[in-house]
Amino acid sequence: MIELKHVDKSFGHKEVLRDVGFRVEDGETLALIGGSGSGKSTLLRLMIGLDRPTSGEIWVNGTEITQLDEEELDEVRLSMGMVFQYSALFDSMTVGDNVAFGLREHTDYPEEKIREIIKEKLKLVGLPDAADMMPGELSGGMKKRVSLARALAFGPSIIFYDEPDSGLDPVMTKKIGELIISTQKATGVTSVVVTHDMETACFVADRIAMLYEGEIIALEKTETFRRLRDPRVRDFLRGFAIEEGDLARDK
Amino acid sequence: MEDFFGSVGRFVIRWLQYVGEVVLLLAETLKQMRRPPRMRHVFSQMAHLGADSLPIVGLTLLFTGMVMTLQIAHEFIRFGAQSTIGGVIAIAVGRELGPVLVGVVAAGRVGSAITAEISTMKVTEQIDALRVMATSPIGYLIVPRMIACMAMVPVLTIFGDVIGILGGWLIAVGWSGISSYLYWNSITTFAVVHDITGGLVKAAVFGMFIAVLGCYCGLKAPAGAEGVGVATTRSVVSAIIVIFIMNCFLSLILYK
Repeated sequence: MIELKHVDKSFGHKEVLRDVGFRVEDGETLALIGGSGSGKSTLLRLMIGLDRPTSGEIWVNGTEITQLDEEELDEVRLSMGMVFQYSALFDSMTVGDNVAFGLREHTDYPEEKIREIIKEKLKLVGLPDAADMMPGELSGGMKKRVSLARALAFGPSIIFYDEPDSGLDPVMTKKIGELIISTQKATGVTSVVVTHDMETACFVADRIAMLYEGEIIALEKTETFRRLRDPRVRDFLRGFAIEEGDLARDK
Repeated sequence: MEDFFGSVGRFVIRWLQYVGEVVLLLAETLKQMRRPPRMRHVFSQMAHLGADSLPIVGLTLLFTGMVMTLQIAHEFIRFGAQSTIGGVIAIAVGRELGPVLVGVVAAGRVGSAITAEISTMKVTEQIDALRVMATSPIGYLIVPRMIACMAMVPVLTIFGDVIGILGGWLIAVGWSGISSYLYWNSITTFAVVHDITGGLVKAAVFGMFIAVLGCYCGLKAPAGAEGVGVATTRSVVSAIIVIFIMNCFLSLILYK
């Protein structure tokens, strides 16, 4: 379970997030949507402890993480996984070594058991024969899937997806969406998906939250989100970037 | 006038911030060195950072030893001091030229490689990936590089010292007509072990700064491909400046 209470974040004088608060229940998939620069990725970084908020509280599985030091945060992070926007695979290691990274760092599992887990996780993401390949040999979609296998290897209770659809064609976007759903069903993991793509959000999420200029302006179940009357949400749903909508109105 | 003082003030603040952050990173790295290091990473860094630098270190010190002997031999012979040439070369190479030149070569070759690698990892979110997987980038990336640099720069310096002294011998015997016996005898007469060991202490300190500055500049690299280039240049320039400044203070301490 993740809960944010009155979270603010500023970089210098620039206020990026204002009074953000919501809760993600165990096993739920929440999509965070918003235009470029709305603060989605910053919010994600706060939830996983890569940045600290200027004020407010962030609770992860019953622990308030904003006051923890890096070592204490590492304990909390062991229950979380993340799929990065550009996969962030270690390019000097094979796919198998990438997937096994967390296990080799934090467990005393024998190599045999680690190899079994690598095989199982790669099979789960549809790449059973990729263990010996190097990240440079993979397509964008395959890298995303390996990134997911790596995030799953340690058996996390929460997974964050940062723009899982970016840079992918529509077919691969759909496949990644299906993978997010099947992973959730197979593992019961709590998921937070940051995306700017409404189709992906509607496809994978139980609820959708929309960020606009650093504030959560809507948080609804997926089926009711499309019926919202807020003009900023309507603009986004119509497929206009918010900034373009503002420009049109200014004209 | 206000603009002038404003710029000076901003420069001083930026510089102090830079020094402060490097010192904090160094302190954190030294703190994490208390834990058992990942020896596999240390050895691979030693091979990568040290062994691959042997040819360029050899070449640099060979010609430095040769040209130095060329410059002093003529004058020393004029004053009848040819029996001191070998000793002077050994002391100069062992105390100053060896560690400083190896430090500068390592800053250019090793420091830049460290910065380029770490800044690329930062730009491609691999550093964030380490943190998300509860692995400290300092323990995983910086500690092995620092141990490798602190071990390998002195090793390279020993190699460089030997090559530099041999370069001096080549010119002394082959060009200036000094007997081989006189050259080697002069070394054993004038040079002491501390001339070499003091140089090795310097080399270890230079290695530490090359690693920490290389890692710091990599971690602070601005975004994008241009950022990698900017960070790499900054790392090499900073390391060379630090080597020259530290060399002066270390010489004062080690050879008073």
